[in-house]
Amino acid sequence: MITGNASGALTRFQDGFALALFDVTQPQHADIAALTAQPAFAVYRNTVMKGCIDALQANYPAVARLVGDEWFRAAAAIYVRATLPQRSTLLYYGEDFADFLARFEPAAELPYLPGAARLDRCWTEAHAAADDTLLDAGDIDALAAGNFFRLGLRVHSAARWAWFDDAPAYTIWSRNRSDQNFDGDIDWHGEGALLTRPHDAVQWVGLDRAGCAFLDACAADGTVADAAKTALEFDPNADLARLISVLLQAGAFSRLDRHD
Amino acid sequence: MTTFLTAGLGLKPQHYDAALDCSAAGLWFEVHPENYMVAGGPRLSWLEAIRAEHGISLHGVALSLAADAEPDPAHLGQLADLCRRIEPALVSEHLAWSTWRGAYHPDLLPFPRTGEALTRIAANISRTQDALQRRIAVENPSHYLKLEGHAWSEIDFLRELARRTGCGLLLDVNNVYVSARNTGYSAEDYIDTFPGEHVMEIHLAGHSDDPNLGTALLVDTHDAPVAPAVWALYERLIRRIGRKPTLIERDGNVPAFAALMAERERAAAVLHGAMAVAA
Repeated sequence: MITGNASGALTRFQDGFALALFDVTQPQHADIAALTAQPAFAVYRNTVMKGCIDALQANYPAVARLVGDEWFRAAAAIYVRATLPQRSTLLYYGEDFADFLARFEPAAELPYLPGAARLDRCWTEAHAAADDTLLDAGDIDALAAGNFFRLGLRVHSAARWAWFDDAPAYTIWSRNRSDQNFDGDIDWHGEGALLTRPHDAVQWVGLDRAGCAFLDACAADGTVADAAKTALEFDPNADLARLISVLLQAGAFSRLDRHD
Repeated sequence: MTTFLTAGLGLKPQHYDAALDCSAAGLWFEVHPENYMVAGGPRLSWLEAIRAEHGISLHGVALSLAADAEPDPAHLGQLADLCRRIEPALVSEHLAWSTWRGAYHPDLLPFPRTGEALTRIAANISRTQDALQRRIAVENPSHYLKLEGHAWSEIDFLRELARRTGCGLLLDVNNVYVSARNTGYSAEDYIDTFPGEHVMEIHLAGHSDDPNLGTALLVDTHDAPVAPAVWALYERLIRRIGRKPTLIERDGNVPAFAALMAERERAAAVLHGAMAVAA
């Protein structure tokens, strides 16, 4: 965290200028008032606001497609005034945009919107995560040798998953993450999703509640047995062999760890 | 790869494949390091693939050298990591501020060029050069406001920063034209007196009339081809100071790669002409 020099004229100037970028009331100091009185001050106000809104729109493309440009940019402007970027890598801007949408009154009739935002965020995190090794089914055959359930499946650094109890957020998100048009009805029920980056490109697959619980347990450093138990608590009929195969195929794991 | 940098292009994501395949002599690419400060993934592997074929310049927009505060250590550390990874031919930043009290304002903000600011910015440049273990170039930004309280002219301020810190300078000719028009000075005089011995890089870009104020205010939008008046200033500069790595910047209304390469060829021809005179 950087701090200003409390006694300096430069600090006073920058405090006043930064405030005036968003506050259109008369600045306290004459030197800043002399700047905001010039029509050209709008260039700075507009550039800063546009830079933040453009970044949010780039980071939340499915949300923007769902609500349209005008709605998105109006909502984003409200978000920007409350939450300026904390880092200059704008790819990461809007970390809590999903929480903002969940509280945002005009979005109350779109219960899937925070979920779509969360999945857009999962995409960004998967895209920029550290490179990692990739575990495939062949590795398990070679390594597990009968004690598979006592080993730990370590989650791949780029794997992100989320479960949405009250809306088919994954179906709605995946239909709006690209420019393609999809037809067909949507069954209204809870859904989850797993996003991975086994190679360069982020990819995604639907995941049920038991699958999400299985990954939660793996991420908490549990053994395969712990993860299986957790998954079965959510769905006693879960097909664990099939689930693990789907997760491996998606690239959810980096390696097998021993727990001794 | 140590080929001399001639004219380069700002690298746009939509041009990665074309950029990778292009074999024009002396071609190099510039990127904003902030877009590559990620832990891993395709952005870094794309940049490394380009780097294997071409020289790279890292042109920062967010170090906030003119803030009355030390550069963010985390940002500086990430920039140093990227420099180790990419081994750029050039590293540059702006004579401006953007991050203040932990918030990033995505713009290049002005300040009064006082003795106090000079001391602070010189310290920030030195800290950056120490962290990166290399000389950086500092760019003249575009100006829109008539700001009272300057104790130094911009050229004297930049020359003094170079003297105190050993930094180089990046001369953005479009910024000179835009600022001269907006704040009322002679762009030709500025170009004629800029200290050529410190110039490590030159920028050329397009600008636009302000949507509300029209030709009374030019905005450094990088969304159009380089203007004829800016080409004229560039040719005037190169005749005086000789060849320097020159970049065509384009951030909005990005055309096909071939169209940007045509502007880049025009800059390369100006440089080639200067070399012939020198020889």
